[in-house]
Amino acid sequence: MASALTPYAAIVRSRVAAQATYRTSFAAEVAGQVFLTVVEFAEVYVIFTRVEAVGGFSYAEVALLFGLAATGFSLADLVVGQVEHVSRHVRDGSFDVFLLRPLSALAQLASSEFQLRRVGRLAQALVILVVALVVVDVQWTPARVLLAVLTPLLGAVVFGAIFVATAAVSFWLVEGQEAANAFTYGGNYLSSWPFDVFAVAVRSFFTFVVPTAFVAYVPTLGLLGRAESSGFASWVPWCTPLVAFLTCGVAALAWRTGVRHYVGTGS
Amino acid sequence: MRLLPPPRTAAALVAAGFRRWATYRQAALAGAFTNTVFGVVKVSVLLGVAAAAGGSVAGYDRLELSTYTWLSQGLIGVVHVFGWTEVAERVRSGDIAIDLARPLDLQVAWLLQDLGRAAYATGVRFVVPLAVGALFFGLRVPGSVWTLPLFVVSTVLAVVVSFGCRLLVNLCAFWLLDVRGLVTFYVLTSTLLMGMIVPVPLFPTWLRVLAYATPFPAIVQAPVDVATERLSGLDALALVASQLGWAALVLVLGRIVLARATRRLVVQGG
Repeated sequence: MASALTPYAAIVRSRVAAQATYRTSFAAEVAGQVFLTVVEFAEVYVIFTRVEAVGGFSYAEVALLFGLAATGFSLADLVVGQVEHVSRHVRDGSFDVFLLRPLSALAQLASSEFQLRRVGRLAQALVILVVALVVVDVQWTPARVLLAVLTPLLGAVVFGAIFVATAAVSFWLVEGQEAANAFTYGGNYLSSWPFDVFAVAVRSFFTFVVPTAFVAYVPTLGLLGRAESSGFASWVPWCTPLVAFLTCGVAALAWRTGVRHYVGTGS
Repeated sequence: MRLLPPPRTAAALVAAGFRRWATYRQAALAGAFTNTVFGVVKVSVLLGVAAAAGGSVAGYDRLELSTYTWLSQGLIGVVHVFGWTEVAERVRSGDIAIDLARPLDLQVAWLLQDLGRAAYATGVRFVVPLAVGALFFGLRVPGSVWTLPLFVVSTVLAVVVSFGCRLLVNLCAFWLLDVRGLVTFYVLTSTLLMGMIVPVPLFPTWLRVLAYATPFPAIVQAPVDVATERLSGLDALALVASQLGWAALVLVLGRIVLARATRRLVVQGG
């Protein structure tokens, strides 16, 4: 196992060394990533200067949703978010290079375009998550502590799968990469709010098709002990591992099909 | 060198900007799709806020919140909210030297091409979210016949203000070789303060005062206020006049910076 990861670790180390060379640029980019989460949270802040609750969730509860979604998302973004650049490689034919080496094309792509600056986004998301967990009114039990720890990690798996599955689409729609943002960044945006505010069609889509409901909203209902009063059985908040497993299966299938479909630039 | 090019040259520059962006039809449709999905989330949250506040918030009722959402989502492509680094990249690569050799006023030429780009974006990225919004959430129909023409004028000025600000950020490339960090800060700050994420009237006082001290609300909040008739009659005209003021300010600043930059320009290698 360790030896299988050695080449990727070497690639990531070389990327990190390269990015850290220009210290001022690097510091500015990390700061930019921190600021990104701050601006995203500004929406929550502004809205709660006007009202006490949205969709039945208080400021602290929405901050918890935001923290869980943002932590899961930024972890996924750090590890595999760079696969969204696959469309560029498909367009100019440089994807060939990945297929020629005796390594996984997906892992090569993720490691060779690793962006260390994204730790800034993750750090800021973690700060919001920890503050929200402290402030929010939860009757802590060992099971709920486990749920709070597992949720951002499994959320990262779900978002990672969404990144890979939507990137796979660019093997067919080469110029359509921006549509993937609707499910990756859009999924993150949507998960920061209680699902109670969305129409049934939107809720169903983001529960059964692109299952971001399980990234923050459903587990949060479990933490707050509100699953049953929101119309879910009490075990539903514990389904995130299964959902993460299934989305990974779909993503793997989509990616393989995409790679098989790839024929180079044709010249 | 004259400031304004002859009308035929000007038309050719606008057309060039239009055609260049029209090449990427799939990308424009993908962008419109994403802006629409984000619009669904944004309008749902804002309607949830209105419901919690007893039907309306900061003077916005449900229909006005929907109209705000879909107009602002439609304007994302038109006013080019997200990163634009074309000029900075030409400075970095040294291609700017070729631009400077052309018998055209650079700032005006870039502006004309940007207007062509905005015209193309209106056809796809403005129309799609607005149509979806009208169909599923409803839009407020303006009460006055003057609202639509005034909205068009206001949107053109919004594009000019946005261009002026983006150009200023790009011109920093003459001093800093790497502008990526700066562009990130610019995009994030401007997106919030222009009223793209939440309407500026919902901001707490300190943030609202800060926003109106910048040109950013002139880029999104102003045309939306005109269209939703939050301000009407002379007040609406005054709002458009303030956009004109911001446009003049950022363009004049851009000229000064560009003039200073070209004086100190040393193209790579000599």
